[in-house]
Amino acid sequence: MATELTTHDGQPLHKSLAKALRREKLRALVLIAPLLVFVLLTFVSPILDMLFRSVENSIVADTLPDTTRALQSWDPLGDELPSEEVYASLANDMMLAQEVKIHTRLGSRLNYDQPGIASMFRKSGRRIKRLDAEIHLDAFTNVNAAWATPASWTALRKHSLWPEAFPSSSIAWNNWAKFVKSDEGDDADPTATSPYGFTYSALHHDLKKLSSEQWNKLSSSDNSELSALFNGLQEASVSFPDGNYKEQFLDMHDGWGELDNWQTIHRLSPKVVDSYYWASVDRERTSDGVVQKPENERIYVTLFIRTLLMSLLITFSCILLGYPIAYLLATLPTRTSNLLMILVLLPFWTSLLVRTSAWKVLLQQQGVINNILVWLGLVGDDNRLALINNMTGTIITMTHILLPFMILPLFSVMKTISPSYVRAAKSMGATDWYAFRRIYFPNTIPGIGAGSILVFILSIGYYITPELVGGTKGVFISNRIAYHISSSLNWGLAAALGSILLVAVLILYWAYDRIVGIDNVKLG
Amino acid sequence: MSKIIKLATGVALASTVGVGATVTAAEMAECENCGDSMTIVSWGGAYSKSQLKAYHEPYSAATGTEIINDESSAEAVAKLRAMNEAGNVTWDVVDVVASDAIRLCDEGLAIEINPDEDLAAAPDGTPASEDFGDLLVSDCFIPQIVYSTTFGYRTDNDDWNGATPSDICAIFDTDGFPGQRSLEKRPIANMEWALMCDGVALEDVYDVLETDEGVERALAKLGTIKDQTVWWSAGAETPQLLADGEVAIGSTYNGRLFSAIEEQDQPIAILWDAQMFDLDGWIIPAGLSPEREARARHYMKFATDTQRLADQAKYISYGPARASSAPLVGKHADLGIDMAPHMPTDPANAQNTFLYNYEWWADNRDDMDAKFQAWLAN
Repeated sequence: MATELTTHDGQPLHKSLAKALRREKLRALVLIAPLLVFVLLTFVSPILDMLFRSVENSIVADTLPDTTRALQSWDPLGDELPSEEVYASLANDMMLAQEVKIHTRLGSRLNYDQPGIASMFRKSGRRIKRLDAEIHLDAFTNVNAAWATPASWTALRKHSLWPEAFPSSSIAWNNWAKFVKSDEGDDADPTATSPYGFTYSALHHDLKKLSSEQWNKLSSSDNSELSALFNGLQEASVSFPDGNYKEQFLDMHDGWGELDNWQTIHRLSPKVVDSYYWASVDRERTSDGVVQKPENERIYVTLFIRTLLMSLLITFSCILLGYPIAYLLATLPTRTSNLLMILVLLPFWTSLLVRTSAWKVLLQQQGVINNILVWLGLVGDDNRLALINNMTGTIITMTHILLPFMILPLFSVMKTISPSYVRAAKSMGATDWYAFRRIYFPNTIPGIGAGSILVFILSIGYYITPELVGGTKGVFISNRIAYHISSSLNWGLAAALGSILLVAVLILYWAYDRIVGIDNVKLG
Repeated sequence: MSKIIKLATGVALASTVGVGATVTAAEMAECENCGDSMTIVSWGGAYSKSQLKAYHEPYSAATGTEIINDESSAEAVAKLRAMNEAGNVTWDVVDVVASDAIRLCDEGLAIEINPDEDLAAAPDGTPASEDFGDLLVSDCFIPQIVYSTTFGYRTDNDDWNGATPSDICAIFDTDGFPGQRSLEKRPIANMEWALMCDGVALEDVYDVLETDEGVERALAKLGTIKDQTVWWSAGAETPQLLADGEVAIGSTYNGRLFSAIEEQDQPIAILWDAQMFDLDGWIIPAGLSPEREARARHYMKFATDTQRLADQAKYISYGPARASSAPLVGKHADLGIDMAPHMPTDPANAQNTFLYNYEWWADNRDDMDAKFQAWLAN
């Protein structure tokens, strides 16, 4: 039986070794800690934040807490409008939303899914203060005048059934408290006055759902004030009017009577939604499940495919053009190759916009290249080539702009290949072509890999150059992402598009690793 | 729905006689508890220069405020939202187009303005709300200038046989006016022009556009020139394309055409028919400290008074947004030419115009843009 190896102090060797390694790792971790923290803060967390935005949707439930709660019992597939209770909840939610001015923000969010809803919220916000909210306040005070006192609510809120048995009233009361603080300042006391009429309407709708046991509990409460309030209320509340908010909202804006708008609010009630992702692949969730968008609105899938294909094409043209130049740079004497290197790097130091505009001057129909071709008689004056504002323009310009990213890694890899390899092959009878194919080229593959990854990843994210020279057929998905970030402010959709792009790149990277092997990538 | 505001009557034909009683430094109310520096964001180029001369320099001279210029208006909406989310708004006054102002106001990123309290009255005492009139298109927006998107064409097109376009539909007439066109790479204005030239009356355009058939119809009309069109996204592109002879006729902002024609002597002329008016102006971001907000409001009152708005027209051919400024518009500061005939709001130029329908586009822009871009890409 083999005895366990131990160190001189009697510890098992593998434990001692693990300990030493652990200490080593910890030391290494401390050394890289500043960089790690920096990367986490400035790189990983923004990306996670972006990924989160593509599903985050708390604005609907936060702005209309009671409405979304009440809407859960509504059937979005039916052909009936929501009940009076939903409209009462909406009134109370909208009152607070317009006070703190977030109703238009919600409108903009919903408008991405339902055109026209933004102005409905904007207009309703202006008119919400004119709502008549006295209907249930009057009903309650007719039963017992004490309902109009702030003390009635304090008593109710102390009862053990609050807030579970009063879902709508408790949200309404919270809204009221926020409303008072927004209206009168943070130190205002919402319990000092009785709440506005919406809260009484919420209470009315809650009372309808109380069980007789709960009624008993309330009317036989230890709190004499509360039991007095509920004494006889059950019988009286049966004849309370159901409310007039629905008709008031329909008066305010026709849109509140349209099923589409309510279905949108209902569909977007959850705090996490997948609608941005469906939109990113030209699909939408309707009452019949997920369907393709109408043909005249499909654009993103086309753009994703185009972005990937054109980026591949640009990468290949960079390899074709960059390989001979890198070879030349690596084999020429240092003096000459340094000079050439400066020529490669010079465009690198020139502004991207300047280079792009220069291509416009060269490529346009009345531009330098076409003029020369016409002068040489190669093309007719009335038949000038369309070299810009299309795919050709994007490919030419982007290839030029990204070429240094291909040449530099190729050059540094080629620099390390000893000329004696090729010489040895030739001395053993290989032809030039054979020696290149079997000896030189395989040695440069790590450079091609590094250059290709650089060029490909840079090109799928480019948007300024395609925007300027791409016309309509040469623009990338990144142009749409930029549009949604800066113009439409639909950051959720931009995040979803960006996430899909990110995932596509990771898949390609993984495929590259499986086929070529990522260890075979060298920058020098 | 499609309420068309007749700007010509509102701005250029204003019969108000300037009495010349403008606010001078001495009369300007002291700014109490105000910051002593501010960052003003605008578009850069000739436009920022006109604001520097007409507003910033006189204001700094009168109050000693240090003004820092930032040229980020093109990304203002996104940047303001990012600043707001980060809780650190570094801009005090931002120049944006009206549609962006509406979006910023909706998003709660700009503060609301009460024109009659926050802005100066006209010299004759007309309150600001009446002086600006219908141009106050958002609660947060203080209009500054009226500009238009209109067409410029080369005056030396051989194959036009001496004809000059006088009607917007010339852009769809590829037989009478052959050659490449340039149009903006967005649906706004293009869809309206297409429908107008397809026989839809201006007041019905938006009702038609709300239907799928209407969109198809507009795109079909644009489709007749799609292959001969360069689609631009920066205002400087059309003047450049015209100057290079790349296109024969193209849309852009009237101020760009003015500088190509008058300052650079290019063989270009303007087709004013069916120009689309748009507004550019100021907003004050939400979330400023009280001192900075007070400074921004104080600046705003100064920079949007009758004389200041008229002064800006000395440097750039955009019409002042106040009715009372129109009679005060003078000559160009460097060229010495009368500016009034170059204003988009000049009666001779404004015979057939329409105003950017802010509300309709605010509701339908995202939807329409998806359709338009899909049409372009396929």
